[in-house]
This record gives sequence, C-alpha cells and structure tokens, in this order.
Amino acid sequence: MRPHDLTAADAGLLSCLTCGLLSQPAGDDESNACPRCGTHLHMRKPGSLLKSWTFLVTAMILYLPANLLPIMETDQLLYGSHSDTIMSGIVSLWKAGSWLLAIIVFVASIVVPLLKMLSLLTILIAVHRGVSVHCYDLAKLYRLLEIVGRWSMLDIFVVAILVTLVQLQFVAAVTPGKGAAAFGAVVVLSMLATMSFDPRLIWDSAAHKKLHG
Amino acid sequence: MQSALIACPECDLLQRPTALAEHTVARCSRCFALLYQPLDDDLDRPLAFTLAACILFVISNAFPIVGLEVQGQTTSATLFGTAQALAMQNMKLLSALVFFTTILVPAVQLSAMVYLLVPLRAGRVPRRLPLAVRVLQAIRPWGMIEVFILGLLVSLVKLGAMARVVPGIGLWSFGALLFAIAAAVASFDARVIWSRYDPSLPGTDDQNRSRSSHAAAPAP
Repeated sequence: MRPHDLTAADAGLLSCLTCGLLSQPAGDDESNACPRCGTHLHMRKPGSLLKSWTFLVTAMILYLPANLLPIMETDQLLYGSHSDTIMSGIVSLWKAGSWLLAIIVFVASIVVPLLKMLSLLTILIAVHRGVSVHCYDLAKLYRLLEIVGRWSMLDIFVVAILVTLVQLQFVAAVTPGKGAAAFGAVVVLSMLATMSFDPRLIWDSAAHKKLHG
Repeated sequence: MQSALIACPECDLLQRPTALAEHTVARCSRCFALLYQPLDDDLDRPLAFTLAACILFVISNAFPIVGLEVQGQTTSATLFGTAQALAMQNMKLLSALVFFTTILVPAVQLSAMVYLLVPLRAGRVPRRLPLAVRVLQAIRPWGMIEVFILGLLVSLVKLGAMARVVPGIGLWSFGALLFAIAAAVASFDARVIWSRYDPSLPGTDDQNRSRSSHAAAPAP
C-alpha cells in the first residue's frame, strides 16, 4: 500500500453503491440516505462478515449431501432403474464419449463450487487476521467469484430439463433426487455469501494492520 | 471539492475522475475495479435491444424449447413446464429456483429497463427511477439464461443416445434472447440515467464529456 491512500471512509464520506455519489453523513450510521437517489447508505455493508460466514458455513455443510446423495433417478424399461450422483453423471458423459461436456460439467459442478467456497474462506480468514501484502490478489479473486458462481446452476438445469422431457410411459422416466435440492441450496447460499461480503473490508484490514502492526 | 471526487465501489479509494479517450475505461488505481466508461448519451441502442429482448422473451415462453420422440411417444418442454415438472415431483424449492432464475428475473429485468428507457427517451424522468435502478443492480447476478442454455446442451447430448431430439421454436428465440439481454444490459450506462435524473446535484459526470487525457488519478 502506498502511504497516501485515502479512502472515502477515512475522509468521513459515504459513497452510494447505487449511483456513485459521495455525501457527508447527516447523523449516525443508520439514518443516512443518498441525497441523489435515496439509497440507504452505510460506510460498509452492515453485518457483512457475520452474514458471509453464516452463508458460507451452511453451504459447506450442504456440499456433502449435495455430492453424496443422488441428484436424479432414471427408470428404464430395458435397463432397470439406477440413480446418479453429480460425479457418476460426469463419468457416464465421459464414457459416452462426450469428453468436452464431461469436462464442462465437472468444472461447473465440482471445481467451481469447491474453489469458490475455499477462496471465500481464504478471503474471510485473511480479513480477520489482517491482510498484509496480498490485497490486490484477494480483490481480484473476489471479483472472479462474483462472475463464476452462477455457472454451478448448470446441473440443476440439466436435472430440471431431463425430469420434464423424460416422462415416457413404459419406456423411461427421470425423477429428481434429494442431492439436487442440496446442490441448489449450495449454489444459492454460496452466491449469497459472496454478495454479503464487502470487498472494501480487505483494504480496511490491510490499512488497520499497517497502523497497528 | 468533494463533488469532484469519486470512491472506488470495491476498495473505497478516493480518486479524481479524468476525461477518457474513446474506447478506454477508467479503472481504480489501487484495486483495478472498473470505475466508469466514457459517457454514452445514446438511449436508442439499449432501448432497441430491450424491446427486441421483450419480443424474444414472449416467444421463448410461448413455444416449446425442445421435444423428445421415442417409439412413437413425444414429450416437449416449455420454460415454464420445466419449473412445473420439478414442482410436481415434490421439489417445490428447486422448482421455485428454476422459475426465479429463468423466467421471473429476466421478466423483471426487461420490465425495469422498459420502465426506465421509454420515458427517458421521450425526455421525461420516471418517478420511481432510483428504485428501478436498485432492482436492476440487485437481481442481475440471478438471471441465468445462459447457464440454462448450456444445461439444455448437456441434457440433449445425454438424451441423444436414447431418443430423437426435436428442437422447438423456443430454442432459437431463447438463444437469441440471451444475446439481446446481454447487449441491452451492456449498452445501458446507469450514469446517463443519473445525469438526467438530477443534473443540479454535483458529481454528475460533466467532467467526462470532454475527451482528452486518460485513467483516474488517485486523490491527493
């Protein structure tokens, strides 16, 4: 960090995340509204760390059933019934020769959620312990999380489409499994965890550490 | 003095905006977050994309997206039918999630854009403008049309082995909708809206209209 970095908070100014206007706080932190667009203003997103932790830990717990329980069950006249977890669905795509799609689903359903939760965990721990040198990398990591998180919904949509289409009497039927519900919850919770985090805390934490050691 | 400064939305650093050359953007000098683009006063382009997206949205929802043909039996899926099928299998929350991300969010996005752009184009400022902009910002990450289309592709490959897949009208319009919404959102600069909303207030970006030097400089 350069010595002359002055933030809006340092200068006692509130910045509006809706319209970008800087304004002087009128009273205490709770009663300020943006003079231009009326958005409630806070120095930092209120309860950011607590909310982010709560969503993240819940998502991490649900990640287990999401991967262990079947996401869908297929009943076929000739082949009997079998259930698929996320991983076994990827394996069967691979075996069927659709390598590219198998890789895409693997990245969207396994790699992205896992990396996303671990990255957010790293950022949260770093903010608590005081960031020293990696602010820029953490900020970039956070920006990446905001972009990629939504793609994990891929498997939910695949299940939804298969359940809709494969309703063929006496031939085949697909029903959704409990794993799909858990996986949907993981995606939503980790998106909420990312959104409730305030990236400005990364820089605050670094400035604080620099001042107080 | 304070009106001339802006704060980075991602790291809060105070910076003084400078004029931008064409096809350049201003990024935060500390965290590299996007600060602003050259102000584009043109409302025709976002409005055109928005109206096109509205038409495509209606077609995408009215017609089946894809059909399946096996041994003389046919089934087909509409967008709403997909959410409905999950609800019938006792997956109410998952069904709500699919409905929310593929139908409700795009519908609200398009309505908010029409609500903002049509009056502004006619020279009037809509009464609930700040609310509409806030709604647009809040729901943007939840619109997942492009993810749904990739899901469609994966499903069709999975089904290709066991059945004949019949693409529906909805499929083509849904694909086009993806690009129309992306183009509408990308060509729509909220700063134009704020400059028209209350030009009497400071900080409404008049300094960016002249085009000379480059990026944002850190505040002293």
